[in-house]
Amino acid sequence: MHLAYPAVLSALLFCTGLYGVLARRNAILVLMSVELMLNAVNLNLVAFDVWLSRAAEETLHSGQALTLFTIAIAAAEIGIGLAIVLAVYRNRGTSDIDKLRDTAEGPETEGPDTSAAEKAEATA
Amino acid sequence: MSLAAAPHGFLSPTGVEIAFLLVGLVTFGAALVTVTTRQLVHAALWLVVTLGGLAVEYLLLTAEFIAWVQVLIYVGSVVVLLLFGLMLTRAPIGRSPDADSGNRWAALAVALAAAVALVWVVVDAFRTTWMDLSGPAAGSTRVTGESLFQNWVLPFEALSVLLLAALVGAIVLSRKAKAEEASGAPDTAPGTASGTPATPVAATGEKEGAR
Repeated sequence: MHLAYPAVLSALLFCTGLYGVLARRNAILVLMSVELMLNAVNLNLVAFDVWLSRAAEETLHSGQALTLFTIAIAAAEIGIGLAIVLAVYRNRGTSDIDKLRDTAEGPETEGPDTSAAEKAEATA
Repeated sequence: MSLAAAPHGFLSPTGVEIAFLLVGLVTFGAALVTVTTRQLVHAALWLVVTLGGLAVEYLLLTAEFIAWVQVLIYVGSVVVLLLFGLMLTRAPIGRSPDADSGNRWAALAVALAAAVALVWVVVDAFRTTWMDLSGPAAGSTRVTGESLFQNWVLPFEALSVLLLAALVGAIVLSRKAKAEEASGAPDTAPGTASGTPATPVAATGEKEGAR
């Protein structure tokens, strides 16, 4: 098989994930797009491992081992990421990353009116 | 499809290539729908199609073990975790008009520029490269296990430590919020507190089992 096929598919998937990370507003959708980018990297690793294991007699199978490591790290990342998103949602009442502009949570910014409005917007 | 056979054309219409192209089209289309749909739950469900299509691509590339790990971990646990996250943050079920942020056209420009540059460079670099898929599978469970436990033992063990750290981190993140809620934080949504600590922990435990 032509090596360009998996390489081009993985480049396209990576750019799709890039668009999603930049354009999405919900934090969980951003995490989904990050998963797309990681999967593009995995496809590249597997394709090049299959190519090199025949063409260069590479016996370490580093591509497949690194793919397994990437999958495990991505799974850990999605767990931690969702825990952070849920903690932010519990504190701020929204998972909309355009609204999360201040890094510290001041006591006065957590007024009941703003949080209620954000909550209504999040549920709407 | 033998590598030793003399010169290939740019397209070699073998069955594997046609299957790879078709599944690749489905995968790419599902990925596009995932990042553009306005219904949040549908985005997670289209992500299942994308990840399943990638598993089929791994099978076509004769990387069997990776394919089934992909099905187990991504389709099995990551998507379920994302769906739990969508539910716990009370994502709307129907269309949400503000799913895309205001800078989507800038994002589209950046993504298109990156896609054009990457595809151009990749096609130019690997135009004449062929991989040989005949013979024994390059990624059967035996081959992958032997290489993993002969050459990659130390990173593997380090990875288990990382998974343990992720498990502890998820517990700490969940419990800290719970302690704040017990001290009387004003706006805690009911239901999120009880469901949240279970989800990351269960998923990380599932990963530990899958490893």
